[in-house]
Amino acid sequence: MSRFTVEVLVTPRPGLLDPQGKAIHHALASLGYDAVEDVRVGKAIYLEVAAASAEEAAERVEEACRKLLANPVTEDFRVTAETHR
Amino acid sequence: MNVAVVTFPGSNCDQDCHRSVELAGGSPQYVWHRETTLGGAEAVIVPGGFAHGDYLRPGAIARFSPIMDAIIDFAREGGLVVGICNGFQVLCEAGLLPGALLRNRSLRFQSHDCWLRVERAGTPYTREYREGQVIRMPLSHADGNYYADAGTLAELEAEGRVVFRYCDARGDVTPEANPNGSLNHVAGIMNRRGNVLGMMPHPDRAIEEVLGSVDGLPLFESLVGTEVTAAARSEVA
Amino acid sequence: MSSDRRRPGNGAAPPVTSPNGDTPLPRPGDPPITPDLVDDHGISPDEYDQILRIMGREPTFTELGVFSAMWSEHCGYKNSKRLLRLLPTEAPWVIQGPGENAGVIDVGGGWALAFKIESHNHPSAVEPYQGAATGIGGILRDVFTMGARPVATLNSLHFGDLDSPRVRYLFSGVVKGIGDYGNCVGIPSTGGEVYFDRGYEDNPIVNAMCLGLMRREDLIRGTAEGVGNTLMAVGARTGRDGIHGATFASEELSEGDDEASRPQVQVGDPFTEKLLLEASLELIASGHIVGIQDMGAAGLTSSGAEMAGRSGTGVVMDTARVPVREQGMTPYEILLSESQERMLVVAEAGREDGVREILEKWELEAETIGHVTETGTFRVLEDGVAVADIPALPLTEGCPTYERPGEESPEIGNLRKTDVLHYMLPPNGLESAFLAVVGSPNTSSKQWVYEQYDTSVRANSIERPGGDAGVIRVPGTNRGVAATTDCNGRHTYLNPRTGAMGAVAEAARNVACTGAVPMAITNCLNFGSPLKPHIRHQFREAVMGMRDACAYLETPVTGGNVSFYNETDGQAVYPTPVIGMVGVIDDVGNVVRHAFRDPGDAILLLGTNRGELGGSEYLYAVHDVVAGEPPAVDLHAERSLQRCLLAMAGRRMLKSAHDVASGGLAATLVESCLGRPRTGRAVGASIRLEDELPDTALLFGEDHGRVIVSCGPDEEENVRRMTSDHGVPCTRIGTVTGEESPLEINTRSAALRLALGALRDRYFGTIPGIMSEAG
Repeated sequence: MSRFTVEVLVTPRPGLLDPQGKAIHHALASLGYDAVEDVRVGKAIYLEVAAASAEEAAERVEEACRKLLANPVTEDFRVTAETHR
Repeated sequence: MNVAVVTFPGSNCDQDCHRSVELAGGSPQYVWHRETTLGGAEAVIVPGGFAHGDYLRPGAIARFSPIMDAIIDFAREGGLVVGICNGFQVLCEAGLLPGALLRNRSLRFQSHDCWLRVERAGTPYTREYREGQVIRMPLSHADGNYYADAGTLAELEAEGRVVFRYCDARGDVTPEANPNGSLNHVAGIMNRRGNVLGMMPHPDRAIEEVLGSVDGLPLFESLVGTEVTAAARSEVA
Repeated sequence: MSSDRRRPGNGAAPPVTSPNGDTPLPRPGDPPITPDLVDDHGISPDEYDQILRIMGREPTFTELGVFSAMWSEHCGYKNSKRLLRLLPTEAPWVIQGPGENAGVIDVGGGWALAFKIESHNHPSAVEPYQGAATGIGGILRDVFTMGARPVATLNSLHFGDLDSPRVRYLFSGVVKGIGDYGNCVGIPSTGGEVYFDRGYEDNPIVNAMCLGLMRREDLIRGTAEGVGNTLMAVGARTGRDGIHGATFASEELSEGDDEASRPQVQVGDPFTEKLLLEASLELIASGHIVGIQDMGAAGLTSSGAEMAGRSGTGVVMDTARVPVREQGMTPYEILLSESQERMLVVAEAGREDGVREILEKWELEAETIGHVTETGTFRVLEDGVAVADIPALPLTEGCPTYERPGEESPEIGNLRKTDVLHYMLPPNGLESAFLAVVGSPNTSSKQWVYEQYDTSVRANSIERPGGDAGVIRVPGTNRGVAATTDCNGRHTYLNPRTGAMGAVAEAARNVACTGAVPMAITNCLNFGSPLKPHIRHQFREAVMGMRDACAYLETPVTGGNVSFYNETDGQAVYPTPVIGMVGVIDDVGNVVRHAFRDPGDAILLLGTNRGELGGSEYLYAVHDVVAGEPPAVDLHAERSLQRCLLAMAGRRMLKSAHDVASGGLAATLVESCLGRPRTGRAVGASIRLEDELPDTALLFGEDHGRVIVSCGPDEEENVRRMTSDHGVPCTRIGTVTGEESPLEINTRSAALRLALGALRDRYFGTIPGIMSEAG
């Protein structure tokens, strides 16, 4: 068994109104960042996981995402596993 | 009627719901979230608050509390389950009601009175209201912006499952009367079978004249006055 | 909750002991005690000499840290204690006066009310969200550690002008921090105040007040009684956050401190607080414990030393037993950490498992860390080795106190002498001035603020924010408690004595307007550096004014907090002695509200118009001036007015009552016409003022001792008789007109006709407008 750092990115599903993203977009525009065309706000969750391989670690966490970490009605998720340093 | 009021760590409105049931003539009993049975209750209230701190997402962690399996089974048997505010969020997370409650359009916590139009009378929760009646009660939430995909929303409307809708004092569903950005002004919905209700505003805070409104009391009176079949009674362990 | 929580092997932990009588020695790695190190700890050479006398030897680094925290301004009150002793603190209804976690009064029917106000100014200036949030957390713990269930919070907030982006950032962060914390714990916010003035530009004042109710017999105190009883650390784990926060709170901020100060900011966890609240109340009810105290400022040090100091006992604790969040923490860090949501509990010997069981139900930790001794010392071990051993009483009570002479700054004297007659003519006419005053951020509605706070949870909020005072029902009864906070910083700046007296008078008047009897106060004294003579003058004068008013109005002081060093780069805030007043009403059905109700009702002014414009919102909003003599306070007239209001409320003679304060008659009339936002109903009024005063002075003067009431036409005679019996001047000034009719005001020389729509836009629209434009 080794330890892996698994990063979960949870993001609002495409098309879902994201008022936070909208507010940040507005604020950036008022600061002169005109090139910013869209902003979406999600969250990152970091897990330390013991597993035989990075694939296994990612697989476990994906299951946890479907069950708890993301809400399938409104959110998508992406999982990346790295060897723990 | 015996009504279970579920207490999660972080529930704040369990006592308010307890009192509401009492005032309506029912017999409330608290059920701690680590229990695994509902102790013979004939209806369940999932109260407001911040179960498990609303950390991760409102209702997301509470949905895995031990009592939830009993509540899900009870609802599937046709048992009466109502979720108020945080309780509505828990029921959505648990899949007992469709959709989700997103951050308010204002991005702020909002606590103020609102007007609701009773869209469906005659349900176990609204028998004591008139259809189209305009009622007033407090709302108090940061995540009350009801969302469901277009298909689900159309289904809810077609099947008459939107029970309460935000409106103005005259009962008109105007854009200004939508406090949080909820799709179709949805304030409360039911499941298809009509035994599970979720709503964001707080009938449990509108039960006495001295609090400014009694418009929430009929909901609890409807509930405790509903005949419950043997199938929809929770088992005593 | 963390799964790796440490549990003692089986039941009771081994006793905390060390080889007898060993004297603490420096730990490996401790810095040597040098004059510089002593100075870094905020300890003066004289104070250090006193420490040497108390100890009879050189203190260890750990001991120096302990002294530094306990003798800081925040814990030791060294520059305020002597003056604070002058305040009245006793009355038959006072159960607990100053010196405990919170004051307690008897509110009748077997119920007791615990209440306290505290500042979180410095943390909020650095990190507004967490600073304000942890301020709420701390004040809640002060109340529930008395055995009372928190039932309401209030906030007194003072910021700079909203045209500064930094002020808007502080303002929105503080409001969100207060809301997110209090909402999650489920305590309704029932009121408070928000002021904006350039006098607070860099130093916001963030004061949080909490009220809690309990049955009288459930009162518990922060004491360490009973030699052999067990000390237990309860709640969240100890981390490195906020180390030396108490010292930090007692130092002036300087430009560029933002970044450097950040690591000292504590992070709040309202969910853990909620669990701690429920667990503590269950613990107190269980009888397993004899004492409990929040680990607030200076954490384990102050709670341990103060509990021992109050009971004349001693304590010994082992820092190796304290559950920690980070590895490698030194005793110095563990003793001084200000991690939030922690309590020190003294359990009855042998009942530790009972304590643990209750905490486990609420998914919290309880760890035995030491016990009560008869030695009278605050003794600390690290894994059995002594690292600190200090006589407890000199540590808590022996902090040197100072009362150096003060002197008023000549600049203030000159401002006060300014002749406000120069400003009688508003540059753009009276109507424009009227709209400017009622639409100024100070006078206008604070709806944007209080709608971010849960105001209705627990279903006992009888009067929510937006009126004169909040009223909460005592659960299961008809009884109610009212509360408000008040301090007009501009008035106290121009004349601290009159201003402080006025703050007490206004707070009492606000409470009396609702029909509740003013009972007692808690205060939060926010000032600049006491090392400066003019600040000492302000402090002394304010205390004197408060003393006179509290004595006359029979509202003793049951505790509070002093916050000095509210300065940035030598610029101090306005002296701001915030008064948190509580009152009692026997029947919440008698509560009087501030809004006019029915067309045809008579509008009467109680009190006398004197047209005092010194320090007024009119001068600030229209002329950008802070000057003049602030309104005088006639304590006798105030007391008569309040008694009269209470008599009328008890007989249900009034339809409304609303105090005249900031913004003068103009603001009061507009507020009574507009009532509450959203679900309220607005009515017009036709007003005639016959006073021979300049229009500006008459409409915007902030003279004390005035209330505008309304009553049904058939009650007018009764109101007149009642006011005459009480010796209160009463003048019929107008009539409530129809829904959405204008507010018409006629004076001897002017006629104003103001549409409610325009007033509504100004009154409710100002702050949301500023905050939404700012994004």
